[in-house]
Amino acid sequence: MMSFHVHVRVMPRAGLLDPQGLAVEHALSALGFSEAGAVRVGRAIELEVSAPTRDEAMTRARQMCDKLLANPVTEDYLLQVEDA
Amino acid sequence: MANVAVVRFPGSNCDFDALRAASDTGSNAYFVWHRETDLRGADVVILPGGFSYGDYLRSGAIARFSPVMQAVQHHAAAGGPVLGICNGFQILCEAHLLPGALMRNAGLTFVSKPVDVVVERTDTVFTSDYSAGSRLRLPVAHGEGRFTASADTLRMLEAEGRVVLRYTASSEGSPYQPNPNGSANHIAGISNVAGNIVGIMPHPERVADSLLGTPDGRGFFTSIAAWQPDTTTPKVPSR
Repeated sequence: MMSFHVHVRVMPRAGLLDPQGLAVEHALSALGFSEAGAVRVGRAIELEVSAPTRDEAMTRARQMCDKLLANPVTEDYLLQVEDA
Repeated sequence: MANVAVVRFPGSNCDFDALRAASDTGSNAYFVWHRETDLRGADVVILPGGFSYGDYLRSGAIARFSPVMQAVQHHAAAGGPVLGICNGFQILCEAHLLPGALMRNAGLTFVSKPVDVVVERTDTVFTSDYSAGSRLRLPVAHGEGRFTASADTLRMLEAEGRVVLRYTASSEGSPYQPNPNGSANHIAGISNVAGNIVGIMPHPERVADSLLGTPDGRGFFTSIAAWQPDTTTPKVPSR
């Protein structure tokens, strides 16, 4: 068994209203960063996964996302698997 | 007399209100802890409001995997009535017993106030005591109540008449701001096709006693009390 670092990035699906992103964008603008736009706020999750191979770690991590870590109705996720 | 199981998760906080509203209207209501795997002969299940598991990750995302939810899934699949109120609605969506999801309120703030809603579907176990088009003033108290679903799902819900409660439009003279959370189509509550599974954001259990003003929410509980299981009805799978 090897250990892998898994990084999960969960973002609100494009096209859905992201009120948090809008509020942050307004705050940035108020601070003088008017060049900032299209701000969206998501969630990052890090975990360690024991698996025989990197591919297997990726497969299991994808199952974790589909079942719990992301909501398929409203969110998309990106996975990154690195050797621990 | 209907046996009503009120499921308690760690973080439920409307459980006593739901229990009392059901008991006061003549049902035999009792609590079922989320670690239990048996609903103890429940005819009707209520998933009450609150903040199960601290709303960690997403509202309802962790509660949905509680041991009791397997029994709730079986009960629902066999046509058994399930009412999810607020956090209970969020749990039903996370459990895919109802379509769509409840996202952060469009205004970002937690909204706690009375809202006006219209009862649109009355052939459910929980709304049979209302007449279609009834206007109710019910409290909402949520940070994540913006009902969201794909365009196809919204069309399906409307075409199949599955919107149970809808926030009234401002033009109808309500003193309260319409649609407190930006939900799609002003949806405040939906049902599955058969009408045995209902999820609503407003809290009828908080206005089910005339001591607390106009008991607009009482009809949900008198509907439960009046319900008779019809064993001749074919079971329709939930979705």
